[in-house]
Amino acid sequence: MLNCKKAAALMSQGMDKELGMMQKMSLRFHLMMCSGCRNFNKQMEFLRQGCRKFPQQDN
Amino acid sequence: MEKELASSSNTNSLVDELAPLRRDMLKFARLQLRDDAAAEDAVQEALAAALTGQKQFNNRAQLKTWVFAILKNKIIDTIRERARSPGTSIDVDEIPEDAYDDLFNEGGFWQNDTRPSTWGDPENSFSSQQFWQIFEICLTRLPENTARVFMMREMLGFDTEEICKELAISSTNCWVVLHRARMGLRLCLDERWFNSENRDA
Repeated sequence: MLNCKKAAALMSQGMDKELGMMQKMSLRFHLMMCSGCRNFNKQMEFLRQGCRKFPQQDN
Repeated sequence: MEKELASSSNTNSLVDELAPLRRDMLKFARLQLRDDAAAEDAVQEALAAALTGQKQFNNRAQLKTWVFAILKNKIIDTIRERARSPGTSIDVDEIPEDAYDDLFNEGGFWQNDTRPSTWGDPENSFSSQQFWQIFEICLTRLPENTARVFMMREMLGFDTEEICKELAISSTNCWVVLHRARMGLRLCLDERWFNSENRDA
Protein backbone atom coordinates (compact mmCIF):
# COMPACT_ATOMS: atom_id res chain seq x y z
CA MET A 1 0.00 0.00 0.00
CA LEU A 2 1.07 3.53 -0.80
CA ASN A 3 2.45 5.63 2.06
CA CYS A 4 2.25 9.44 2.28
CA LYS A 5 5.82 10.00 1.15
CA LYS A 6 5.27 8.05 -2.06
CA ALA A 7 1.81 9.54 -2.50
CA ALA A 8 3.29 13.05 -2.31
CA ALA A 9 5.88 12.16 -4.95
CA LEU A 10 3.16 10.75 -7.21
CA MET A 11 0.98 13.84 -6.78
CA SER A 12 3.89 16.01 -7.80
CA GLN A 13 4.75 13.76 -10.75
CA GLY A 14 1.11 13.79 -11.79
CA MET A 15 1.44 17.53 -12.37
CA ASP A 16 4.12 16.92 -14.97
CA LYS A 17 3.02 13.76 -16.74
CA GLU A 18 0.12 11.38 -17.05
CA LEU A 19 0.38 8.74 -14.32
CA GLY A 20 -0.06 5.04 -15.11
CA MET A 21 -3.35 3.31 -14.41
CA MET A 22 -2.04 1.51 -11.32
CA GLN A 23 -0.43 4.67 -9.96
CA LYS A 24 -3.68 6.57 -10.37
CA MET A 25 -5.66 3.85 -8.64
CA SER A 26 -3.38 3.50 -5.66
CA LEU A 27 -3.19 7.27 -5.31
CA ARG A 28 -6.96 7.63 -5.44
CA PHE A 29 -7.30 4.93 -2.81
CA HIS A 30 -4.74 6.62 -0.57
CA LEU A 31 -6.41 10.03 -0.91
CA MET A 32 -9.76 8.56 0.11
CA MET A 33 -8.27 7.66 3.46
CA CYS A 34 -5.71 10.38 4.09
CA SER A 35 -6.80 13.96 4.84
CA GLY A 36 -3.18 15.15 5.07
CA CYS A 37 -2.52 14.08 1.49
CA ARG A 38 -5.83 15.53 0.32
CA ASN A 39 -4.70 18.86 1.72
CA PHE A 40 -1.29 18.40 0.13
CA ASN A 41 -2.92 17.71 -3.22
CA LYS A 42 -4.98 20.91 -3.10
CA GLN A 43 -1.91 22.87 -2.07
CA MET A 44 0.03 21.58 -5.08
CA GLU A 45 -2.72 22.87 -7.35
CA PHE A 46 -2.66 26.18 -5.48
CA LEU A 47 1.11 26.52 -6.01
CA ARG A 48 0.57 26.12 -9.72
CA GLN A 49 -2.12 28.79 -9.78
CA GLY A 50 0.07 31.09 -7.71
CA CYS A 51 2.96 30.71 -10.12
CA ARG A 52 0.75 31.54 -13.08
CA LYS A 53 -0.52 34.67 -11.39
CA PHE A 54 2.79 35.73 -9.91
CA PRO A 55 4.20 37.71 -12.89
CA GLN A 56 1.07 39.87 -13.01
CA GLN A 57 1.30 41.07 -9.44
CA ASP A 58 2.30 44.54 -8.36
CA ASN A 59 4.44 44.10 -5.32
CA MET B 1 1.58 65.95 -40.46
CA GLU B 2 -1.32 65.56 -38.08
CA LYS B 3 -1.11 61.84 -38.54
CA GLU B 4 2.56 61.80 -37.60
CA LEU B 5 1.88 63.79 -34.48
CA ALA B 6 -0.85 61.43 -33.44
CA SER B 7 1.39 58.42 -33.85
CA SER B 8 4.27 59.98 -31.95
CA SER B 9 2.04 60.91 -29.03
CA ASN B 10 0.77 57.32 -28.98
CA THR B 11 4.33 56.10 -28.67
CA ASN B 12 4.95 58.55 -25.88
CA SER B 13 1.95 57.43 -23.92
CA LEU B 14 3.01 53.80 -24.36
CA VAL B 15 6.45 54.71 -23.00
CA ASP B 16 4.75 56.34 -20.03
CA GLU B 17 2.63 53.29 -19.42
CA LEU B 18 5.52 50.87 -19.77
CA ALA B 19 7.87 52.72 -17.44
CA PRO B 20 6.18 51.67 -14.18
CA LEU B 21 6.18 48.02 -15.34
CA ARG B 22 9.92 47.99 -15.73
CA ARG B 23 10.62 47.34 -12.05
CA ASP B 24 8.30 44.33 -11.89
CA MET B 25 9.71 43.00 -15.14
CA LEU B 26 13.25 43.28 -13.87
CA LYS B 27 12.38 41.53 -10.65
CA PHE B 28 10.71 38.71 -12.58
CA ALA B 29 13.64 38.35 -14.99
CA ARG B 30 16.21 38.36 -12.16
CA LEU B 31 14.31 35.65 -10.35
CA GLN B 32 14.36 33.47 -13.46
CA LEU B 33 17.85 34.20 -14.69
CA ARG B 34 19.67 34.97 -11.43
CA ASP B 35 21.97 37.21 -13.40
CA ASP B 36 21.46 40.99 -13.24
CA ALA B 37 23.05 41.82 -16.58
CA ALA B 38 21.14 39.12 -18.46
CA ALA B 39 17.93 40.18 -16.73
CA GLU B 40 18.52 43.81 -17.72
CA ASP B 41 19.09 42.77 -21.35
CA ALA B 42 15.95 40.65 -21.45
CA VAL B 43 13.84 43.49 -20.05
CA GLN B 44 15.37 46.05 -22.45
CA GLU B 45 14.67 43.81 -25.42
CA ALA B 46 11.14 43.10 -24.26
CA LEU B 47 10.41 46.81 -23.83
CA ALA B 48 11.87 47.61 -27.23
CA ALA B 49 9.76 44.88 -28.81
CA ALA B 50 6.69 46.20 -27.00
CA LEU B 51 7.29 49.72 -28.35
CA THR B 52 7.66 48.55 -31.94
CA GLY B 53 4.60 46.33 -31.53
CA GLN B 54 2.45 49.48 -31.37
CA LYS B 55 -0.55 47.64 -30.08
CA GLN B 56 -3.47 49.39 -28.46
CA PHE B 57 -4.77 48.36 -25.08
CA ASN B 58 -7.95 49.21 -23.27
CA ASN B 59 -6.47 48.86 -19.83
CA ARG B 60 -3.28 48.48 -17.89
CA ALA B 61 -3.84 44.81 -16.99
CA GLN B 62 -4.03 43.89 -20.68
CA LEU B 63 -0.84 45.78 -21.40
CA LYS B 64 0.95 44.07 -18.54
CA THR B 65 -0.13 40.61 -19.68
CA TRP B 66 1.11 41.36 -23.18
CA VAL B 67 4.46 42.81 -22.09
CA PHE B 68 5.09 39.90 -19.72
CA ALA B 69 4.34 37.43 -22.52
CA ILE B 70 7.08 39.13 -24.57
CA LEU B 71 9.43 39.08 -21.57
CA LYS B 72 8.82 35.38 -20.97
CA ASN B 73 9.86 34.67 -24.56
CA LYS B 74 13.04 36.71 -24.12
CA ILE B 75 13.86 34.79 -20.93
CA ILE B 76 13.25 31.50 -22.72
CA ASP B 77 15.63 32.61 -25.51
CA THR B 78 18.29 33.46 -22.93
CA ILE B 79 17.92 30.09 -21.20
CA ARG B 80 18.17 28.28 -24.57
CA GLU B 81 21.29 30.20 -25.54
CA ARG B 82 22.91 29.38 -22.22
CA ALA B 83 22.12 25.70 -22.62
CA ARG B 84 23.79 25.70 -26.02
CA SER B 85 27.05 27.15 -24.78
CA PRO B 86 29.54 24.35 -24.04
CA GLY B 87 30.29 23.20 -20.53
CA THR B 88 26.87 24.01 -19.13
CA SER B 89 25.62 21.23 -16.98
CA ILE B 90 23.72 22.12 -13.88
CA ASP B 91 23.86 20.70 -10.41
CA VAL B 92 20.37 19.49 -9.60
CA ASP B 93 21.15 17.99 -6.20
CA GLU B 94 21.09 21.26 -4.30
CA ILE B 95 18.31 20.03 -2.06
CA PRO B 96 19.52 16.71 -0.63
CA GLU B 97 17.49 13.56 -1.11
CA ASP B 98 16.71 13.26 2.58
CA ALA B 99 15.83 16.95 3.07
CA TYR B 100 12.15 16.27 3.73
CA ASP B 101 12.45 12.87 5.42
CA ASP B 102 11.68 14.38 8.83
CA LEU B 103 8.15 15.14 7.68
CA PHE B 104 7.43 11.41 7.63
CA ASN B 105 7.68 8.60 10.16
CA GLU B 106 9.53 5.32 9.50
CA GLY B 107 6.53 3.96 7.65
CA GLY B 108 6.54 6.98 5.34
CA PHE B 109 3.36 8.52 6.80
CA TRP B 110 3.05 12.17 7.85
CA GLN B 111 4.10 12.87 11.42
CA ASN B 112 1.36 14.30 13.61
CA ASP B 113 2.85 17.77 13.59
CA THR B 114 3.78 17.83 9.90
CA ARG B 115 0.59 16.43 8.39
CA PRO B 116 -0.59 19.09 5.91
CA SER B 117 -3.50 21.00 7.41
CA THR B 118 -6.03 22.81 5.29
CA TRP B 119 -5.20 26.23 3.86
CA GLY B 120 -8.91 27.11 3.85
CA ASP B 121 -9.71 29.18 0.78
CA PRO B 122 -6.15 29.99 -0.24
CA GLU B 123 -7.31 31.84 -3.38
CA ASN B 124 -8.36 34.69 -1.10
CA SER B 125 -4.67 35.35 -0.54
CA PHE B 126 -4.23 36.27 -4.20
CA SER B 127 -5.64 39.70 -3.45
CA SER B 128 -3.14 40.34 -0.64
CA GLN B 129 0.00 42.24 -1.50
CA GLN B 130 1.69 40.82 1.58
CA PHE B 131 0.99 37.30 0.34
CA TRP B 132 2.82 37.98 -2.92
CA GLN B 133 5.81 39.33 -1.02
CA ILE B 134 5.98 36.08 0.96
CA PHE B 135 5.52 34.10 -2.26
CA GLU B 136 8.49 35.87 -3.78
CA ILE B 137 10.61 35.38 -0.65
CA CYS B 138 9.80 31.65 -0.75
CA LEU B 139 10.75 31.40 -4.43
CA THR B 140 13.97 33.27 -3.80
CA ARG B 141 14.83 30.90 -0.96
CA LEU B 142 14.85 27.91 -3.31
CA PRO B 143 18.39 27.06 -4.44
CA GLU B 144 19.31 28.57 -7.80
CA ASN B 145 19.03 25.61 -10.18
CA THR B 146 16.09 24.13 -8.35
CA ALA B 147 14.28 27.43 -8.71
CA ARG B 148 15.22 27.65 -12.36
CA VAL B 149 13.82 24.20 -13.20
CA PHE B 150 10.69 24.93 -11.18
CA MET B 151 10.08 28.31 -12.79
CA MET B 152 10.73 26.99 -16.28
CA ARG B 153 7.97 24.51 -15.60
CA GLU B 154 5.46 26.63 -13.71
CA MET B 155 6.01 30.18 -14.94
CA LEU B 156 7.47 29.82 -18.40
CA GLY B 157 5.34 26.78 -19.24
CA PHE B 158 8.03 24.38 -20.47
CA ASP B 159 7.08 20.70 -20.33
CA THR B 160 9.49 18.42 -18.51
CA GLU B 161 10.85 16.94 -21.73
CA GLU B 162 11.96 20.38 -22.91
CA ILE B 163 13.51 21.22 -19.55
CA CYS B 164 15.55 18.01 -19.64
CA LYS B 165 16.74 18.82 -23.12
CA GLU B 166 17.53 22.48 -22.45
CA LEU B 167 19.40 21.81 -19.21
CA ALA B 168 20.84 18.42 -20.19
CA ILE B 169 19.44 16.54 -17.21
CA SER B 170 17.61 13.22 -17.11
CA SER B 171 13.83 13.15 -16.87
CA THR B 172 14.05 11.37 -13.52
CA ASN B 173 16.25 14.17 -12.21
CA CYS B 174 13.80 16.68 -13.53
CA TRP B 175 10.86 15.17 -11.63
CA VAL B 176 12.93 14.84 -8.49
CA VAL B 177 13.96 18.50 -8.63
CA LEU B 178 10.40 19.65 -9.32
CA HIS B 179 9.10 17.58 -6.42
CA ARG B 180 11.68 18.96 -3.99
CA ALA B 181 10.97 22.50 -5.18
CA ARG B 182 7.24 22.02 -4.56
CA MET B 183 7.90 20.51 -1.13
CA GLY B 184 10.09 23.47 -0.24
CA LEU B 185 7.69 26.09 -1.53
CA ARG B 186 4.73 24.44 0.18
CA LEU B 187 6.52 24.33 3.52
CA CYS B 188 7.69 27.92 3.22
CA LEU B 189 4.18 29.23 2.44
CA ASP B 190 2.73 27.05 5.17
CA GLU B 191 5.12 28.41 7.79
CA ARG B 192 5.36 31.99 6.65
CA TRP B 193 1.83 32.63 5.51
CA PHE B 194 -0.92 30.09 6.04
CA ASN B 195 0.09 29.16 9.58
CA SER B 196 1.76 32.41 10.43
CA GLU B 197 0.43 34.87 12.97
CA ASN B 198 1.90 37.80 11.09
CA ARG B 199 -0.44 37.74 8.15
CA ASP B 200 -2.83 40.60 7.68
CA ALA B 201 -5.57 38.66 5.91
